[in-house]
Amino acid sequence: MAGFNKVVHSYEDAMAGLQDGMTVIAGGFGLCGIPEGLIAQIKKMGTTDLTVVSNNCGVDGFGLGILLEDRQIKKMVASYVGENALFEKQLLSGELEVELTPQGTLAEKMRAGGAGIPAFFTATGYGTPVAEGKETREINGRNYVLEPAITGDFAIVRAWKADRYGNLVFRHTSMNFNPMAATAGKITVAEVEEIVEPGELEPSQIHTPGIYVQRVIKGNFEKRIERRMVQQG
Amino acid sequence: MALSREQVAMRVAQELQDGYYVNLGIGIPTLVANYVPKGIEVMLQSENGLLGMGPYPTEAELDADMINAGKETVTAIKGAAIFSSAESFAMIRGGHVDLTVLGAFEVDQNGNIASWMIPGKLVKGMGGAMDLVAGAQNIVVTMTHADKYGNSKLLESCSLPLTGVGCVKKIVTDLAVLEVRNGAFHLLERAPGITVEEIQQKTAGKLVVDGEIPEMVFN
Repeated sequence: MAGFNKVVHSYEDAMAGLQDGMTVIAGGFGLCGIPEGLIAQIKKMGTTDLTVVSNNCGVDGFGLGILLEDRQIKKMVASYVGENALFEKQLLSGELEVELTPQGTLAEKMRAGGAGIPAFFTATGYGTPVAEGKETREINGRNYVLEPAITGDFAIVRAWKADRYGNLVFRHTSMNFNPMAATAGKITVAEVEEIVEPGELEPSQIHTPGIYVQRVIKGNFEKRIERRMVQQG
Repeated sequence: MALSREQVAMRVAQELQDGYYVNLGIGIPTLVANYVPKGIEVMLQSENGLLGMGPYPTEAELDADMINAGKETVTAIKGAAIFSSAESFAMIRGGHVDLTVLGAFEVDQNGNIASWMIPGKLVKGMGGAMDLVAGAQNIVVTMTHADKYGNSKLLESCSLPLTGVGCVKKIVTDLAVLEVRNGAFHLLERAPGITVEEIQQKTAGKLVVDGEIPEMVFN
């Protein structure tokens, strides 16, 4: 990882420094755009007491769901969970803590965390259980909830193309939470489909500038489809 | 006769206007896309980061990186845009989406909606629903008028934890079209063959019936 060459060649190097009790922010929506190999590496490392921030928690046996198998996750911050039986079981038994967060608020918490904004007011969730215990304020006749930003010790994201500077381009709707997650990690690791030469990515078309990214690794992805829908014809 | 799911979707589709940006929730709202009136163009927004959602892909078009907010594989129409979740919810929260259609467990006469949590049952999360109801310019709720035991879902005050406050403008049920304003449900239309009396009987909240109530018209 000398200078601006952020490319690492092993998953061990990619996740080096991850310790028990840390907060990990993960990109992805369902199983779309998830850093599969980095998640598998966390499982292999056996790191525990993790707080994981991600829109969802994978499914049984795939994605973040595999981190439940050895009870590595202490707390999950997400907008929608329960696509996996193991999650439900650990939640009901009290082994797993969950902080349900509206999807747009979750995205903005990551964005704010990466952008140095400690908290923001949003109308989302006002008058609902989400606002309980939080500061509220009336601004121009409407009520808002103060939501704190999120930062992580690590952020793990999946991108389509990267160069050694850490510039990232995402593919189709696998972008989702990845750009915000990438800004909010002290150490951001991007697992990518392809590493290209500097200059091959059009500067004005880069989604995540390399300044946010500390490590890049070329991954191999299964890209499992959660709900396969096709039309005949 | 109470409306079928498809007929509810057909009636909601009549709310669409040319040039609208629309977010459709899961379930009946998704069906609305099948009944967009001829001659008008709408853009479907999917909150995972797609404006200009198209139909399901063919086998050849299938792509794991191309999904909708229900995590189903989809396509993008010509002229579509793809962006991050933060950008997507900036559109929603910022009031740029013209119409949101979503389901609910309960609504009340003050426009409050409960759609995500039943205490005592496993709570899976609100997804983007709280952001959508807080942000859209116009919200139409689709639901059955009463539950399977005949209990009204149109209440004086929601009994379940809320998704949003004072946000529902219009409701299309299997029995009626209603508008929510000034602390009451205002009956606008009845399903064909459904009487005002039946709607009154199945509406627990304050219901205003002003004059002759027409039947819904389907083309």
